[in-house]
Formats: sequence, C-alpha cells, structure tokens
Amino acid sequence: MALRFDDLTLALRGRPVLSNVSGGFSRASVTVILGANGAGKSTLLSCLAALRAPDSGVVTLGGRPLVAIPAMERARQIGLLPQQADIHWDINVRALVALGRLPHHGRWSHNAEDDAAIDEAMERTDCARFANRKAQRLSGGEQARVLLARVLAGKPDWILADEPLANLDPAHQLDAMACFRTTATAGTGVVLVLHDLTQAARIADHLIVMKDGGIIAAGPVAQVLTPAVLEVAYGVRVHIGQDETGAPVIAPIARIA
Amino acid sequence: MKLNLGLLAAVLVAMLGSLMAGRTWVPFDHWLAGDLQSLIVMELRLPRACVGAIVGASLGMAGAAMQGYLRNPLADPGLFGVSSSAALGAVVSLYFGFAVSAWLLPIFALAGAGLGITALAILAGRSGSLILFTLSGVILSSLTGALTSLLISLAPTPFASSEIVTWLMGALMDRSWDDVRIALPVSVLGMAALLWAARYLDALTLGDAAARSMGVNMTRLQWLIVIGVGLTVGSSVAVAGIIGFVGLVVPHLVRPLVGHRPSALLIPSALAGALLVVLADCLVRILPSASEVRLGIAMASIGTPFFVMLLFRMRREVA
Repeated sequence: MALRFDDLTLALRGRPVLSNVSGGFSRASVTVILGANGAGKSTLLSCLAALRAPDSGVVTLGGRPLVAIPAMERARQIGLLPQQADIHWDINVRALVALGRLPHHGRWSHNAEDDAAIDEAMERTDCARFANRKAQRLSGGEQARVLLARVLAGKPDWILADEPLANLDPAHQLDAMACFRTTATAGTGVVLVLHDLTQAARIADHLIVMKDGGIIAAGPVAQVLTPAVLEVAYGVRVHIGQDETGAPVIAPIARIA
Repeated sequence: MKLNLGLLAAVLVAMLGSLMAGRTWVPFDHWLAGDLQSLIVMELRLPRACVGAIVGASLGMAGAAMQGYLRNPLADPGLFGVSSSAALGAVVSLYFGFAVSAWLLPIFALAGAGLGITALAILAGRSGSLILFTLSGVILSSLTGALTSLLISLAPTPFASSEIVTWLMGALMDRSWDDVRIALPVSVLGMAALLWAARYLDALTLGDAAARSMGVNMTRLQWLIVIGVGLTVGSSVAVAGIIGFVGLVVPHLVRPLVGHRPSALLIPSALAGALLVVLADCLVRILPSASEVRLGIAMASIGTPFFVMLLFRMRREVA
C-alpha cells in the first residue's frame, strides 16, 4: 500500500503554495520533509492527510485516490500529528490517548484490543507514569509525548507528523526519534516534517527537500543532504561533520547573502 | 453510570416532591383520591413537572453540546440565535392574538426555531467553520431580538405588550398535557441528534485538524449540533419561554464529575438540568409572594451568584 502524490498544485489566497509536486513514500521507512519556513511542507502534509484538497493533482493510497476512501477508513490508515498541540478540555492522559482509537471502534464499544493498543502507545512514549494526570496540567514536552501516543494508539499504517520534536528536551527528542524508528521497523510508513538537520540526517531513510512550493531534491539521505542542496533550500552555508560513531552532525554556519 | 442513576433518582424524587408543593399542599395519599386535590395534581402539577423536566433536560444537554462543539466553557445554547428565533415565533403568535389555542403558540415557536436554523444554514454556508458559524448565530440573535422588541413596541394594546414581555420571561405556569405532547417528541429527536454527535465532540478536544484526521466530518458534526440544539432549545422555548442559565451553569457543575469528557457530559447534563428546573419551579411556587415569581427570573437570580463565584475562582487562578 503505497502513499503517493502526483502533480499537486495548490494556491491559498491567490499565492501558490504547492506547484506541481509529485513523489511517494514507502512503508517500513522514515521520510523526512525539509525546507525553509513557508516552503510548503505543512501544506503538503495536510494534503497527504486529506485535510486540504489540492487545486489539481491527486493523493493516492494503494492506488485509490484519498478522496474516494471513506473518512473513517482513511483515519484508520493515516494518523496525523498536527503541529498545533490543542488540548481543549482537562481530560486525563489515558482518556486523551484513547481518542486515538476513535476510528476503530463502533459507537460505544471499547474492547481489549483498544486497551492493549493504548497501553502499548503510552509505554512507548514514556507516558504511562502520568496516565491518570490531567493533560492540560502537563508540561509542553509531556503533552507532546501524550499527543504522539494518541497517534500511535490508532496503529495507523502511515504516521504523518508536523514538527514532532518542537517542544521536546534533548533526551525526549532522542526517545521520540527512537520511537519513530521502531514504528517504521514494525512496518509503518513514517513521514516527518523536521527543522533539525542533524536529527533529520540521522532518522531519515529518504528525504524530500522543498523550496517555494516545489521539490528541489528527493532521495536517500547520502545523495540529498549535501551542502549544495541545503544552501539552495535554506540560503545558509552548513558544516557537515561526524560524531565519534560516524553519524552526521549538521550545523548552519552563516546566511548566504 | 452511577452518576446517571443517582441523578435520575434525584429527578424522580424532585418531580414527586413538586406534585406535593405549591399554594395548597397535597400529600401523596390524596393524589388518586378523585377529588379536587387529585385534579390539581394530575391535570396541573404532573404535566407541569413533566414540562419542567423536559425543558431542563433539553437546555442542559444543549448547553453541554454547545460548549463541547465550541470548545468554550462559556458557550450558551442561546448563542446560535435559535432560542431568540423561537421566541420571535411565539411573540408573533401573541402579537396577532393567535395564542388563544393551546397549540398555536408552541407551533409558532417551533416554526421560528426552524426558520432560525434555515437562516443559519444560509448565512454560514457549508464550510463547517466555527467562526463563520458563531458569527452567523450572533447576527441571527441580534436580528430576532430587534424584531421581538419591534413587535413589543408596536403591540396594539398595553395589555398585549405586557403579555409578550411576561411570556418572554419564561415560566411553567398553567402547563397542560398538550405542552408535554408538543415538547417531548421534538426534544427527544433533538437529544438523539446530540448523542449521535457525542464522540465527534470528544475528538474535537484535540482541535480541528486532529479531529478531521481522525475521520470526523466537520460539516456533518455542525449540522448534528445545530439540528440537535435547534430542536431541544426550540421545544423548550415553545412550552416555557426563555429560561436562561440552565444551559450555561449545569454543564459547568457536571463537567468535573465526568472527567471533563465532552461526550460523557451530555446525559448527566440533561438529568442535572431537569433536576435544577424542577427544583427551581418548586421554589417559585412555594415562595410567599402575591403572584408567582417567573421561573426565568428565578433562574437568573440563582445563576448570577453562581457566576460571581466562578469569576472569583478564575481570578484566583489568574493571579
């Protein structure tokens, strides 16, 4: 079941946000979308989650256009972690994670499979110890983990996450990356929008680099993550080094005038 | 579940109590005696208690659903303008003197609620956008409010205008089984629509984008809410006039008891709303005053101190 997008074009208030972009993702791997602010990353992600309809072009899941798949069935297959961390009511953490099961069960039923999925998701995101606390009273980082657990609890085939590391401390950033990696190894297709180049280089199997609504580079990390591409994408000179294990470390050095 | 059963028992006890309470005290062994006192109980107080319970349940559930949908604990069922549209319908029937028949005023009120819903549909379009929708509701309620004032000022006789003003204050005086027959089915339909929307309201806790990604159809949710609120609020305005505060206060009180989940709030809010209205109606009947205090006024007097209390608590949290 491949997730693909072909010839997507979208203008918002007369401004082109996506222009004729195409690409695809494969299961059991992590794809990271990079690009400067306003490059169209989040818009692409919302098209992939069917939150936005492109002006032209099509997103397909296993060959079927996304718009032709009933909303609940689509929700079982594609889980979205939005950038905006909204928690409007002071519900407890477990009840919040349980919302991730909504596309699965009938109107009122709640079964052992749901409970198992919720427990597992909370275990993997290190949330189990505050299962009974109120979600609104957690710190930003704790909320981010709970919201990630909500997506994992739905056991989707695809996880789309918009800047999932934004509120996390370094330790929990590493945990979240490990969590995405394990999820991908288990067969899920993971698509992340990230700003941290080092994290992107370390987690990604594939990269998509966007600029001004178009894709300027796509492919395996080693091919795509070069100083030349990053200069075009962000307008900055970067230093690409290695840590003692040989994993890449990427630091922006200076703006290119 | 325990909470629901407890509330249900409390509602039933309150309704039994309201059969005894009033200008004349009727102990329960006289209820079926077949004399004048049993007539008071069976033809006046029982339908009145039933109407009170229906109105309270409608307003309580509508308030809980509105707050969940708008994700705002201060939302009120009146916000969409449906209750003021229903009131306008009723005022039209009073203005033209149609209210001589027991059926016409409620039917005009329901027609007003229906027109209000239609107007909302035309104004807000099919976008499912919360802001557009709330703004449309505000426009609708100010328009219908203005038209109601116009009719009051144009009323042919001072008596007619005072009749309208009094009716608007909301009351359960002189309700009959006819009112139960009108309000019950409409209200039940509305509550069914709101219960249908319940789990979508839960998903909205995580915001619009997350809810839609979980398969929630925002346009369908919007219409379930507007039809549900329209029918419940419309039916309660039709038989009792405008009774404020129930829809605002009751979900507030119940929310902490159900762990703040919007879907879990609906049924307990309906039961607690019924309890509050039946109790308040008992209160206005036994208050020693020359003429009965209007229920709407009594409710506002109960509601205001409650909100002052809430305000003080919020001030402490802000400070």
